[in-house]
Amino acid sequence: MSDSNFPIIRHAGFDGFLVSFGDRLSEAGNRAALAFRGALETAGIAGLEETSTSLVSAYLRFDPLEVAHDDMRQQLETLLASRDWQAAPLPAGRRLWRVPAVFGGAAGPQLKEAADLAGLSVEEAIAEITSTPVRVQTIGFAPGMPYLGALPERWNIPRQTTLTAEVPAAGVCVAIRQLVLFPGKTPTGWRHIAQTKLRLFRPETDTPFLLRPGDEVLFQPVAQDTLDAMADDPDGGATAEPLA
Amino acid sequence: MSRALIVKSAGPGLTVQDTGRPGYLTYGLSRSGAADMQAVAEGAALLGQDLACAVLEMASMGGTFEAAADMRIALTGAPMRATLAGAPLAWNASHLLPAGTELSIGPALEGVYGYLSVGGGFATVSTLGSRSAHLAGGLHGAVAAGTELPVGPDPRTEVNQTLPVEPRFDGGTIRIVASAQTDLFSPAERTRFAETSFKRDTRANRMGVRLLTDGAGFAAAEGLTILSEAIVPGDIQITGDGTPFVLLSESQTTGGYPRIGSVLPSDLGCVAQAPAGATLRFSFVDLEDAVAIERAARALRGTLSQRVVPLVRDPRKMRDLLSHQMISGVTDGSAGAG
Repeated sequence: MSDSNFPIIRHAGFDGFLVSFGDRLSEAGNRAALAFRGALETAGIAGLEETSTSLVSAYLRFDPLEVAHDDMRQQLETLLASRDWQAAPLPAGRRLWRVPAVFGGAAGPQLKEAADLAGLSVEEAIAEITSTPVRVQTIGFAPGMPYLGALPERWNIPRQTTLTAEVPAAGVCVAIRQLVLFPGKTPTGWRHIAQTKLRLFRPETDTPFLLRPGDEVLFQPVAQDTLDAMADDPDGGATAEPLA
Repeated sequence: MSRALIVKSAGPGLTVQDTGRPGYLTYGLSRSGAADMQAVAEGAALLGQDLACAVLEMASMGGTFEAAADMRIALTGAPMRATLAGAPLAWNASHLLPAGTELSIGPALEGVYGYLSVGGGFATVSTLGSRSAHLAGGLHGAVAAGTELPVGPDPRTEVNQTLPVEPRFDGGTIRIVASAQTDLFSPAERTRFAETSFKRDTRANRMGVRLLTDGAGFAAAEGLTILSEAIVPGDIQITGDGTPFVLLSESQTTGGYPRIGSVLPSDLGCVAQAPAGATLRFSFVDLEDAVAIERAARALRGTLSQRVVPLVRDPRKMRDLLSHQMISGVTDGSAGAG
């Protein structure tokens, strides 16, 4: 599909709509999705129950027994036409997180396989990933779980056809130019390349979700014993500073 | 004596559930809530209380319980063998659970999720606006033996009520709508999906249920490189090896596997309740028909409390009621004791 098909409004399940700004990850599409979701929250749209964003889409749930699908679609079309969403700024209050991570070995058993697919040696792969600040494009899949990107084009590697049985909490995995960190142990089709100690979901605290869309993450390669020494720190040795 | 239900033994899948935790989708936290909301609504109707009252969800296996103070209970959802101090208790009914008397709930005789509702609802800790456990997200967790579940005040007293229930515990034909990614599957592939009889795999939990077929797997045109996109409960995800999963209320909030369609909310409980080996088929309906189906389902749910009737205590009728529950062919040596 060419970009001229976007933005596009599609219904998602029985009681939702998905407003998509592309079918490939793009910085402008991600900003558009975040800004459109923000506008949905403040536009006073009748029947709206919940909103969220994925990478380049905004999702909304509503009650189709109260507001007809066609009427909701009309409201969305009106809001879409009201401005150039691709030109919207990033959310305010963004932060840069420096996150210690152990790459390869038992801490990242699929690093070699992923590096091969990207056409890099293991050393080159670590160097490239740890020198590329990656942005939180969306929080999803599991509570507090960031989708980070974008890595250079060579990292456009597919997910696996079979699932990796278990990736530990705060494991770093890669596919399609993105990195993800899982808040809890999980099976996944992404390749497990590194390990951090970040606690991404803290339901008992005033800030249950550590990262926000728009934040940036720079991984810092450390040795296993360095990371082990950070086990009692819920931030796993990570530091945050404001981004201009 | 404080109002609490003491859990003396527990199956592995006991969780406190309510209507769930909407509002955190954008932070990756799915709604959770009971796997079969219809069963929760039936329990609420039997006890004459609000749908929002938290209940105990029992996955395939119950437990033994004792009340610290007299309380009303209702048993709904997947029928399980229940006894009070050894005497059989009718399912889909409300009862008095006297303090200090043992309530025993055995394995599911049909379906998967049984529900124990209490008068006043469970008053366990609420996190982010809900008492629901979210097992995948590590919220609240399963209820273990030795737990004392606090129970809220109950202004009502009526018990020994029952509610006639349509069977929904053995799979069947599930109505689905096309969704945002259905077009990624060719018309031929969608037709083949709708013409396939699936068996529910043994792999299933509150996140979703896996479906098996004797035939070839299913595939989207763009394969495994589509962008991770928003998931809603009911979505039917096709994983990399062509296997469908129906995603439930505790599912992931986004995912990169394509979705061929999405189950209507009023049919999702039937998917959750289908036991391993049950046959499931899927039938596409258009959005207009889906609205009519959901409107009718909501209206019917609104009449639940009007359909509550006194439980017939006659021993002969009691026996009939029990034998009706045992329809799956399980022999019950204690049925004659009613």
